[in-house]
Amino acid sequence: MKNLRSTLLIFVVAALGFGALQALIVAEILDDYTLQILCVAGINVLMALSLNLISGFTGQLALGHAGFMAVGAYTTGVLLVHAHWLLFPALVAGGLMTALFGLLIGIPTLRLRGDYLAIVTLGFGEIIRVAINNFDEILRWAFNSPDMVGWTGGPTGLSGIPGYATNIMVNNPAAFLWIYPIVVLSVVLVMNLIRSSHGRALVAIREDEISAQAMGINLFGMKLTSFTISAFLAGLGGALYAPFIGYLSPPGFDFLRSVFFVIIVVLGGMGSITGTVIAGIGLTFLQEFLRTSAKDAGNGLVVLIQQNLFPSTISAGAWSVDLVPLSQVLFGLILILLMIFRPGGLMGTRELPLTRWLTTPWWRKKELLP
Amino acid sequence: MSTLLRTEHLGMQFGGLRAVGDFSLELAEGELVGLIGPNGAGKTTVFNMLTGVYAPTSGTITLATKTGNAEQIGGLLPHRITRKGIARTFQNIRLFKSMTVWENVSISRHFQVPYRLAQGVFRLPPFRKAEADLRSEILELLAIFKIDNKAEMQASNLPYGEQRKLEIVRALASKPRLLLLDEPAAGMNPQETLELMELIRFIKERFELTVLLIEHDMNLVMGICERLLVLDYGLTIAQGLPAEIRNNPVVIKAYLGEDAVHA
Repeated sequence: MKNLRSTLLIFVVAALGFGALQALIVAEILDDYTLQILCVAGINVLMALSLNLISGFTGQLALGHAGFMAVGAYTTGVLLVHAHWLLFPALVAGGLMTALFGLLIGIPTLRLRGDYLAIVTLGFGEIIRVAINNFDEILRWAFNSPDMVGWTGGPTGLSGIPGYATNIMVNNPAAFLWIYPIVVLSVVLVMNLIRSSHGRALVAIREDEISAQAMGINLFGMKLTSFTISAFLAGLGGALYAPFIGYLSPPGFDFLRSVFFVIIVVLGGMGSITGTVIAGIGLTFLQEFLRTSAKDAGNGLVVLIQQNLFPSTISAGAWSVDLVPLSQVLFGLILILLMIFRPGGLMGTRELPLTRWLTTPWWRKKELLP
Repeated sequence: MSTLLRTEHLGMQFGGLRAVGDFSLELAEGELVGLIGPNGAGKTTVFNMLTGVYAPTSGTITLATKTGNAEQIGGLLPHRITRKGIARTFQNIRLFKSMTVWENVSISRHFQVPYRLAQGVFRLPPFRKAEADLRSEILELLAIFKIDNKAEMQASNLPYGEQRKLEIVRALASKPRLLLLDEPAAGMNPQETLELMELIRFIKERFELTVLLIEHDMNLVMGICERLLVLDYGLTIAQGLPAEIRNNPVVIKAYLGEDAVHA
């Protein structure tokens, strides 16, 4: 019963959070731009959650999650644009198609011991990008009709994907309405998975493959299950992305994007779901901040230093510094510092005891402290 | 007593190296047999073949099933062999370090959990009942070994002796009929070794096990084994009762060299 209660509680809290955010949107306190970043953050959390399942919990490094995202995004995009599917089935189809890809890649590679998965997924991520680039040409060649309208748009991209709302002005609030519940549900379900016997088996594989196998764990079967679920979630992330952004092009799913997901997982803690959520939201906002507001922030800081420490130089002109070109460097620097001071990531393999905080009355909290 | 396990002409060849050649063994139900020999004799390789870590390059391994039929298990994957009733511990402790004590034990039960993955993910009734049962069963098992008060402790934080104990408990949790112990007394002091001997005798009776163990500690081997097999350079050089093995010149030569026999 305790399990059920805490799961319900998470949903209640998530619903309250959702309601609060909706209220902020309606009251126009949360502007469209912040909402857009929140949507991106949600998708990033989903992608990192997916990667954490296979790499953090199962211990099998995967470096091609942008490829999975591309499969999901393009599947949903093509179904919406060319087949005029409804949104929900198109999203599910995006996830399922990607799960199929995961299964097909996993079957030959997960039988091998060692880091083969990292190499193969890395290769897959690149191949899928090139394949989408040339997909229409191949289609025309296969059907022998040079004038055929393509599916993916090739290098020019797939444009005109119908959004979450028919009115483009309210696409972001509508997208948020979809993305938030799906991400929350995915987080809760993955957490449930981890806290079941199957989840413990995955962690055992990460800890010691030989030992896990000797205790009766079907190594290949569990790895393949984990990888397929991971692919499904990544595909779902891509599927949610397609109608949100409205336009897909192959370079958007390059290796750097895969690395970004790896960074979220490592930073949040390999094997910590709450860590992934925190790092996913945090890094999305940090990246956005460095991309857009770094200039103002940099100038503000420098001016502050000048006014307080070197007031005599003001007459010669205000100092200014542009941090935008340095944003990637700053991003890297922050990561290096975090890795030095928290080598296991923000959370390590621990979780924030959210349900315990919520289920324990405040007057008893002291008794629970270790 | 009926035969539980029989190996015939078992051999393992790594390229040009013959780690084990022509290893034949017959284990009767309820026996406690020791496998000894100098370092590099091939003892652990035998274990690895019996548990499926290596597929033997020659020979057969036959296990009596619960219904009494004989079944070939040579070359099966390790988890299949475990599910047929052979459990093992490792020479170098291989616990799941970041997991708690009870989680470690629960891994051996995974193949017997009565719910499916989807039922666990959606927290359906079979999951809740099964998890509660599993937990109380494991706590009972831990209580037998007096470590139930450490169920929530991280495995790597246990003292060395208890880590060894936990490995045995974890192996027992899969409900084996044959238990393979790979140097269970390694790194233990004489007092701990004495306790371990008691423990091995106890679990053998309590869980109706057949035990095959590798050990270098001669006090332990001579003290509890009913029968011994001596390996050297991958070949069985002697077998018999502990008292016979102790005075066997071939064994003394293998362990101590030519001169020791004449001394």
